Amino acid sequence: MSVRRLADETVQPESFAFNRNFAAEAKVWIKKYPKDRRQSAVIPLLMLAQEQEGWVTRASIEHVADMLAMPYIRALEVATFYTQFQLKPVGTRAHVQVCGTTPCMLRGSEELIELCKTKIHPEPLHPNADGTLSWEEVECQGACVNAPMVMIFKDAYEDLTVERLAEIIDAFEAGRGDEIKPGPQIDRIFSAPVGGPTTLTSDPTRSHPAAEQPGSQGDSPEGSPEATQIGKPDAAPKYGSAETLTSSRPIAPSRKRALNKTAESPAADPDGGSTSKSARKVGVKSADKASAQGRTGASAPDKGEAASAPDKGEAASTKGRKKPKGAATGENAGASAEKKAGAPVDTGETAWTERAAAKKSRRAAEAAQAENSPAAAETRPAKGKRQAAAEDSAPATGGSAKPALDDAARPAGMDRPAEPDDLKLISGVGPKIEQTLNSLGIYTFAQIAAWDQAEREWVDGYLRFRGRIERDDWIRQATALAKGGRDEYVRVFGKEPR
Amino acid sequence: MLEDKDRIFTNIYGRHDLSLQGARSRGHWDGTDTLIGKGREWIISEMKASGLRGRGGAGFPTGLKWSFMPKESDGRPHYLVVNADESEPGTCKDREILRHDPHTLIEGCVIAGFAMGAHVAYIYVRGEFMREREALQRAIDECYDAGLLGRNNSCGWDMEIYVHHGAGAYICGEETALLESLEGKKGQPRLKPPFPANVGLYGCPTTVNNVESIAVAPTILRRGASWFSSFGRENNKGTKLFCVSGHVNAPATFEEAMSVPFRELIDRHCGGIRGGWDNLLAVIPGGSSVPVVPAEQIIDTPMDFDSLRDLKSGLGTAAVIVMDRSTDIVKAIWRLSAFYKHESCGQCTPCREGTGWMMRVMERMVKGNAQKREIDMLFDVTKQIEGHTICALGDAAAWPIQGLIRHFRPEIESRIDAYTRNAVQSRNAALEAAE
Repeated sequence: MSVRRLADETVQPESFAFNRNFAAEAKVWIKKYPKDRRQSAVIPLLMLAQEQEGWVTRASIEHVADMLAMPYIRALEVATFYTQFQLKPVGTRAHVQVCGTTPCMLRGSEELIELCKTKIHPEPLHPNADGTLSWEEVECQGACVNAPMVMIFKDAYEDLTVERLAEIIDAFEAGRGDEIKPGPQIDRIFSAPVGGPTTLTSDPTRSHPAAEQPGSQGDSPEGSPEATQIGKPDAAPKYGSAETLTSSRPIAPSRKRALNKTAESPAADPDGGSTSKSARKVGVKSADKASAQGRTGASAPDKGEAASAPDKGEAASTKGRKKPKGAATGENAGASAEKKAGAPVDTGETAWTERAAAKKSRRAAEAAQAENSPAAAETRPAKGKRQAAAEDSAPATGGSAKPALDDAARPAGMDRPAEPDDLKLISGVGPKIEQTLNSLGIYTFAQIAAWDQAEREWVDGYLRFRGRIERDDWIRQATALAKGGRDEYVRVFGKEPR
Repeated sequence: MLEDKDRIFTNIYGRHDLSLQGARSRGHWDGTDTLIGKGREWIISEMKASGLRGRGGAGFPTGLKWSFMPKESDGRPHYLVVNADESEPGTCKDREILRHDPHTLIEGCVIAGFAMGAHVAYIYVRGEFMREREALQRAIDECYDAGLLGRNNSCGWDMEIYVHHGAGAYICGEETALLESLEGKKGQPRLKPPFPANVGLYGCPTTVNNVESIAVAPTILRRGASWFSSFGRENNKGTKLFCVSGHVNAPATFEEAMSVPFRELIDRHCGGIRGGWDNLLAVIPGGSSVPVVPAEQIIDTPMDFDSLRDLKSGLGTAAVIVMDRSTDIVKAIWRLSAFYKHESCGQCTPCREGTGWMMRVMERMVKGNAQKREIDMLFDVTKQIEGHTICALGDAAAWPIQGLIRHFRPEIESRIDAYTRNAVQSRNAALEAAE
C-alpha cells in the first residue's frame, strides 16, 4: 500500500463543477450502469474531473459523490486507493510517469529516472519552479516489450533513450508536446520486433481459411519470415478510418495530416463509410456514442436508426431543461427505451436527468419571481433575503397589515402594549426572533397561544423555522406562560423557562 | 512453428485495416449467427474439447468456467465481465488485442455472453490504457452501427457491451477485486465462496474472463476444437500470445503455439539473447508473479503450463522476462517486491505488512547488508505469507523471492560476504586513521 492523502487545504479550490463537455460525458458513463448502481461510475467520473482540473481536488471528489448519491467517505476511499488519481497539482504541461518496474528497469529506466531528477525536480510529484513539469515513478504500464517507456497524460512514449526522453521533455515544456509522435521512438512497428515482424507477414485476408480442419486451405504464400521487411509489398498496410495511433509506417500525406491533427479524433475517412462520423470528432471519451451524438446534435447524416435513438434522447432532455418540468419524460424515456431496453440501464438516467432539469427550472422560476415581483416573493415565507427586507421595512409600529404580508394565514398583530411579555421565555425564542415577532405585532404570550394551525405554519415559514414551532411546542409553552407566568411554566414543564 | 494461417490474431501489429470491414476481410464476424444457432451446449462442449485454458495467468479451463453459470436465470441478470486490467509486470498482450484487433474480443463477448446467458458485458480496461480504450470503444460503436450488437442484432443474441476502466490498481486484475472496483468501491478482493458464478457483479451470476480467453473463442468455434487442440502438448493446447521483454535483441509480442521450446521462441522471434546464449542468466517465464528460473533449466523447456510448473515456476500470462548476466538479479527481484508492496490492497495483514517487510529485507540484501541467517528467515516469512491471504497477491509477492533464494542463494551470500569484508576493512581504515 502507499500512503496517499489529499492535498493541503490551502491549495484546495473552493468548488468544482464539470464543464459542459465533461458533464455530458459523465452522463454517458452513468448511463452504462443499472440505475440503482450509479456508484459504479465513480472511477470514470473522478478521472474526468482529473482531466478537467489536472488533479483530483477535494471539491471534485465531493461533487462526484453528490452526483452519484454516495457518501463522501466512499468517494474519498476510491480517490485515495487508486494511484492514477493525482491528489496534488502536477505539472501543467507534462506529468512524466516513468515506468520503473523490473522489465523497464532491465532496459534502463533508472537512467530515465535520473534524468527526470536533474531535469525536472529531485523529488517525484514536485512540480518544477515554473509549475510546468513534474514526474513520478510508476509501476508497470503494460508496454514491457517496448521498454523503457514513459507515459505523459494519455500517451505512451516507448523504446526510449535518455537523449530521446530529454528531447521529449523539452518539447513538452515548450508546449510542443503534440509534435512528438507517441509510441515507439525507434524504427519499429508497435510491439513487433525491431527489424520487422517475424510473424503475420502474409496477407491475412488471403491466408484466412474458412476451413474446419487445420491447414486444409493453406494457400498463403509463406515467405521466409526472417527475410521479410516492413515495406514488403504484399504486407502493405491498408488503413482504415478507425486508425488508432500514429505509427512508424510510411503514411500517405493526406492521411498523415488527418492522423496528426489530434490523436483523439480519428478523422473522417472518405472510404471508411461506417466509421466516418462527425460524432467521433468530439473527442476521446466521446467514443461513447450517446454523448458524442448529443453534443454534435444531428450532424451525423449517415447514421443508422439505432444510432439516432440516443440522439433523440439527448435532444429531449435538453428540451426538458427549458420546459418547466416533466415535459421531457415521455419522449426521453421512449428514446432511451428504444435503444436500451433489456439492458440494465433503462430509464434511471432519464429520470435523473429529468429530475435535475425540473429542479433547475423550478429554481429559475423562483429566481425570476424574486427579481421581478418582490411583492409576490414576499408571500413566500421561505425567502431569506425577502425576510430581511421585510424586517428592515417593517416599522416598530407594525401590526398594521402591510400588503406584502397580507396572507390570510398571518396571525393578527396588535399595537405595542405598555408592558409586552418577555417572549424570550419561550424555549426557542431568542432576542432576534423576539424582535421579528414584535415586528409582526406579536407581543404577548396570549397571542401566540391563540395561533391556529395555519397561523403557526405561516409564522414557521416566515421565520424559516422548518417546523420548530411545533417541535418546541410554543403553543403549550405560551399557554402556560400566559396563564400563570413563570410558576405555571414550572408546574407544566417541570423546569424553569429560559 | 506456427504458420500465419493458423494465427488467431492476424492484426496485432496494427498493419492492416482496423475497421469492421477490415476485420471481416480477415475472417472475423464470419457466421457468428450460425455459431450461436448451434446452441449453448455445443459451444461449451466445443470450448471444453479445445482444451483452452484461461489466458489470465491461472490457466483454468475456459469451457469449464463457462459451464459454471446457472443454466436458467432465477430472475437475476447474468453478466460477462472481461478482465482487461492487464497490469502484471512483463505482460502486454491484451494491449495489442484492444488497440489493434478489438473485433476478436467483441465477437467473443457475443458468443461467450450467449453461452452463459448474459445479455450485458462489461470490459474492464486498466486506467492507463486510454488510447486502447478509445480504440476498443470505436470498434464497439462500429458494431452497434452495423447491427452486430444491441437489441435484435444480426447475431441472434441481444448483447450490450460497455467499456469500464480502472485507475491504476494492479489488484483489480483479481476477479473479485475487479468486481468490487466495477461496483465503484476500493478494489479489495472478496472472500470465496460464494464464487462470482453465483454471486458476482451486483450480486448476480457473473463470469470473469481474460481478454485473450474471450478473443480466441470465435476462431476456435469456427475452425473447430480439433484444430485448436492440434497445437501444443496434452493439457496445454492451442496458440498463445507471448510477450518477450528484457535482455533479448528484439523484444516483441507475437502469437506462437503452446509448448514451443524456449530456445526456439527466442531465436526465431526475438533475435536471440543479448550477447549470445552463454550470456543468459535467468528467465521469469510468466510475468512477475512466477518464480525465476535459471538459464540451464529453461533453455530447452517447452513453454507451457505443466512443464514450467515442473520447474516450480509457471506460464502465467506467458510474459517472458529475460535477464542476461549483466543483471543484478537480487535487485531485479527487489524491484518486484517493491511493486507488490505498492500494489497490496491492505486488506489482509500478512500481505499488507509482509510485502513491506520483505521489500525492506530485500533492499538490504541488494547491498549485502544482512546476516546469512536472514536468508532463511526471509524464506520462512514468504512461506507464511503464501496461502494466508484472501487473494493470490500474497502468493505472487512471495514466489519471486522464493525463486531467488532457491536458485541464487550463492549470489546473495557472496554479496553479504563482500559487504562484511568491506565493512571490516573500512573500520580498520578508520582505526588506523585515528591512530
